Amino acid sequence: MPAPEIVAAMETRFSATPFALGVEIPAAELLTALRALRDTHGYRYYVLGTGTEAAAAFEVTHAVRNLESNDTLFVKVSVPKDAAEVDSIAFVYAGAEWQEREIWDLIGVTFKAHPDLRRILMPDEYPGHPLRKSFAMDTPWGYRPATAAAVEAES
Amino acid sequence: MSGGPIEVVERDFGELALNMGPQHPSTHGVLRLILHLSGETVIKAIPVIGYLHRGVEKLSEHLAYDQLAPVYERDDYLAPTANSNAYVLAVEKLGGIAVPRRAQWLRAFVSEWQRVSSHLVWLGTLGLDLGGALGGGTTLYMYCFREREKILDFLEELTGTRYHTNYNLVGGARYDLDAAMVAKSNALAASVGAALPEFWSMSGGNPIFQERTRNVGVISKDLAMGVGVTGPTLRASGINYDVRKAAPYDAYGELPFEVITRTAGDAEARFQVRMDEIAVSLKLVRTIVEGLPTGPIFARKPLKNPKATKLPKGEVYAAVESPRGELGFHIVSDGSAKPYRLKINAPSFKNLQIVPHILPGGLVADVVAILGSLDPVLGDVDR
Repeated sequence: MPAPEIVAAMETRFSATPFALGVEIPAAELLTALRALRDTHGYRYYVLGTGTEAAAAFEVTHAVRNLESNDTLFVKVSVPKDAAEVDSIAFVYAGAEWQEREIWDLIGVTFKAHPDLRRILMPDEYPGHPLRKSFAMDTPWGYRPATAAAVEAES
Repeated sequence: MSGGPIEVVERDFGELALNMGPQHPSTHGVLRLILHLSGETVIKAIPVIGYLHRGVEKLSEHLAYDQLAPVYERDDYLAPTANSNAYVLAVEKLGGIAVPRRAQWLRAFVSEWQRVSSHLVWLGTLGLDLGGALGGGTTLYMYCFREREKILDFLEELTGTRYHTNYNLVGGARYDLDAAMVAKSNALAASVGAALPEFWSMSGGNPIFQERTRNVGVISKDLAMGVGVTGPTLRASGINYDVRKAAPYDAYGELPFEVITRTAGDAEARFQVRMDEIAVSLKLVRTIVEGLPTGPIFARKPLKNPKATKLPKGEVYAAVESPRGELGFHIVSDGSAKPYRLKINAPSFKNLQIVPHILPGGLVADVVAILGSLDPVLGDVDR
């Protein structure tokens, strides 16, 4: 459970709503809130980033940790499904770079000002985002021989 | 032939992009690195991952809670029980399921044996990676695998499986330890412990090894925190964080042990942390069998239908200290019998992310030493 005083600070400054693991904040405040967490509150260790497709919106969650007080805080933002875009925090926490790429790859949320937003686990030319609920388990995707153009583009 | 001095002509070939992997012995699996070189110096490194992506997180949304633990044992295939341990902890936290004390101790017992076996694979393959420096490196590799083989035999006797032991159940452990196995464990700990000084003299005590690893791939404290590297890699950069101490799970709250740290942050420091951790784990398995509490190892009602277990709605995160670092499961539950969304916080994924930060400026030969010192498992990276 996150420290109550940090949850309270987030509530007053960023109009956050607490949940079991941390706080949910408005998407517009994400970058400022994480900067404040890192620089003012000592949450300098990046734990994880994950995305979830909820019923009405996509949820992007970052977890950060204060190693001195040994406290982990989850920061969640909701992103509307028709405009799935949120600020990248890769310049605040370097560790978010790959985690955001993974969220984009699997869930399909775009990160604004991300240094290198490419697919990370799925093939580059893959259509769709597998962790969306509309993506069926048995979606076919068989063997495709490499094309000369693709090889050329990579080198 | 004249015996005059050889004139070395250095020509600038410009920037060269070199593809290392995905099939390369020192990438420990299917990691591909695109190295941009100027001469022998790396100026840019782009890791390409995903060759081993199995879609485990998607699969999780289609299986019931009680069916899932064995699936994750295939993720980090060098320490399978660490994966299922983290998973069952998350499920138990979410469902408020009690675990008998003896089962908690047994989970720690198997985890520590697997930590030793995983670190032995790492040490042996590091020997191969730095082969030339260690007179071929194969000797160290063979010696490490000889000791590891004994541990796998022991685990086979305990669980019926050498590798993917499927030891952890939601609500307990699967196999109990009897007096004969306790004696075997102690004898095994003594025999592996006796081999450690020899391993040390073949690696850390070797001046060429020191030359190859000292001041190579230095990770500063700030970089380690920002990128979120974890486990021995984090502790080698001077940060004392071990999930077993910081957020004790299973029996670790009751067990005395030391967290190994180093401050140098280079490949040698990471090597030293892991070497010392082997000794700590060997001490731990002895402590555990000495203080093993009596009682049942599984306290839930026997399951008639494993697909019927429903968990309350909510969000939960639980982590263990796997041999590679913090391995966590973040589960979002909608109250049904399957996870709504499950994210595996894989330590190798986070440790591998440091690669583009620390390779530039080093030599091509150091790439292999650095990768070996990070100990990534690609099954864990790609999930």
